[in-house]
Amino acid sequence: MTKDTKVAPYLFLAPFLVLFLVFTLVPLFQSVPLATQHTFGPDASIDVGMEKFSRAFGDPRFWTALRNTLVFTAGSVLIQLPVALALALVLNRKHILGRGVFRLLFFSPQLVGLVFVAVLAMVMFQKQKGLVNSILAGGADLIRGLPVIGGWLPSKSEILGIPWLETLAMPALIITALWMYAGFNMIYFLAALQNVPKELEEAAMIDGAGPIRRFFAVTLPSIKPVAIFVVLLSVIGSIQVFELAYIMLPEGMGLQDSGLTLVTYLFKNGFEIGDLGYATAIGWLIAALLSVAAITQRILNRSEVRL
Amino acid sequence: MNGKRFSISIPWVLVHLLLIAVSIVVIVPLLYLVISAFKTEQGFLEHTFIPIGEGALGIDWSQLTIRQFGRLFESEIGIGRALVNSVFLSATTAVLATFICALAGYASAALEFKGKRAFEWLVLAALIIPPPLLIAPSYQWLHTLGLLDSYTGLILPAVAPAFGVFLFRQATLQSVPKSILEAARIDGLGEFGIFLVIALPMLRPMVGAFLIITFLAMWNNFIGPQIVLQSAEKQPLSVVIYQTQTAYYSDYGLLMAGTLVSILPVAALFLFLQRDFIAGLSSGAVKG
Repeated sequence: MTKDTKVAPYLFLAPFLVLFLVFTLVPLFQSVPLATQHTFGPDASIDVGMEKFSRAFGDPRFWTALRNTLVFTAGSVLIQLPVALALALVLNRKHILGRGVFRLLFFSPQLVGLVFVAVLAMVMFQKQKGLVNSILAGGADLIRGLPVIGGWLPSKSEILGIPWLETLAMPALIITALWMYAGFNMIYFLAALQNVPKELEEAAMIDGAGPIRRFFAVTLPSIKPVAIFVVLLSVIGSIQVFELAYIMLPEGMGLQDSGLTLVTYLFKNGFEIGDLGYATAIGWLIAALLSVAAITQRILNRSEVRL
Repeated sequence: MNGKRFSISIPWVLVHLLLIAVSIVVIVPLLYLVISAFKTEQGFLEHTFIPIGEGALGIDWSQLTIRQFGRLFESEIGIGRALVNSVFLSATTAVLATFICALAGYASAALEFKGKRAFEWLVLAALIIPPPLLIAPSYQWLHTLGLLDSYTGLILPAVAPAFGVFLFRQATLQSVPKSILEAARIDGLGEFGIFLVIALPMLRPMVGAFLIITFLAMWNNFIGPQIVLQSAEKQPLSVVIYQTQTAYYSDYGLLMAGTLVSILPVAALFLFLQRDFIAGLSSGAVKG
């Protein structure tokens, strides 16, 4: 029995450790030499030193991909998370009818899955027959009769021709991600709101604090740990955006790279051009960007705690 | 405030109107997906949304069809095979990953052994390895191992996620008391028996949540099969739908029917298990 107790832990860890070693650690260590190589298919390669990295810094398409990725990340944090928090605050109030139904409904886009959301969005954002432009054109027709605004509106054919997927790729991606993830992040905020101390809220109410005061003085500090966690998850996820853009946009990136993201660029270099070295170098730069995000978040977190 | 359950006021009405407006924004794309999957080509060209007409309920029924589903299964798209592939890949991955992560997570929380600190450190460090960094080297490594174009090459790298070990470690610390394990040991139960009979039932909510998480992750995995698998007949739904989109670009009815077929099994599974999933998700969030 004692022998069993001694050996058992290692046997329990073994399947994980073996698989982790073979399929995560080995590729991780290989990513160091691979970033300094130029490959000819998966078998043959020559050593090129740091050339792949210097190439990235001088590559305008890399910078475009970086800019697009940061725009997408900003859209997630500045638009999607406030929407998610607002929905959670509303649904957290006791006197809302059908809270459970709304909660499940807002979460439901998550069930469609990233690849399938991308296909659906591709169809909906089409020019001419797409649902988004049709609704916009219909809405514009309703208010066309109004003075001043009516004159500013573009014509119906102009609205139907809005090239979301071709040149307005970033807004289209941000809107799609908003639709898909706002309800998902709402669940995190709802869970966090359960930890807001009731007494504190009531005390603030008795002291005559209005709803906005109460939000900033009581609610926000109580949910801060979860909020910071959700922001970090959102930033990390957004920096790695790939499937949405790759499947939704023509050629996986829109016209003139309007929706080219970092991981899309990595994928195209590695598997369409076959330059695994450059793909790995881009992978390292993405890793660096993710570390910057994580460290920034830690510093922000700490400095705010001191206040 | 006055003891009445619902006090109907202007803000109360406004908040509900807002919630209904958000619901419409959420539902319309889903309805659009379902309706489009049943429209004929003609119906697609003539009507943006529901084909309005002279028929019953004000709908022009002649513009609706189930032909697109037949095309999906009959044509070279072969969605039936892709559906089977997806179910097999996702179910296998979910069961293996949950078992492997539960074993390791339980051991690192409830058992004493040499190197425990090192293992905990390893798991935490593994959490920050960025997946994009591994894409190209993994492809090269799977090629070296001869695992390209095989399900083994797709499943094995997916069944040992470090965050799973972390989740099961936390769940064990929270809901498996050591005194019960000690009592079972005194009763002469072996370590594996204790894990299987005593600990696993106590970890049930996390098991349920993690099964769904890993099932969905493989169902929606696109980059993995896109890189690892080469034969058309091995591809899961995610890749097959993407290929359909490229090959039948403006055949929207067909595309929407394929998308509907791809998401229905998952939606059904989720609705069936949603309590576990939301519970697991929330407990993770509060701890984070």
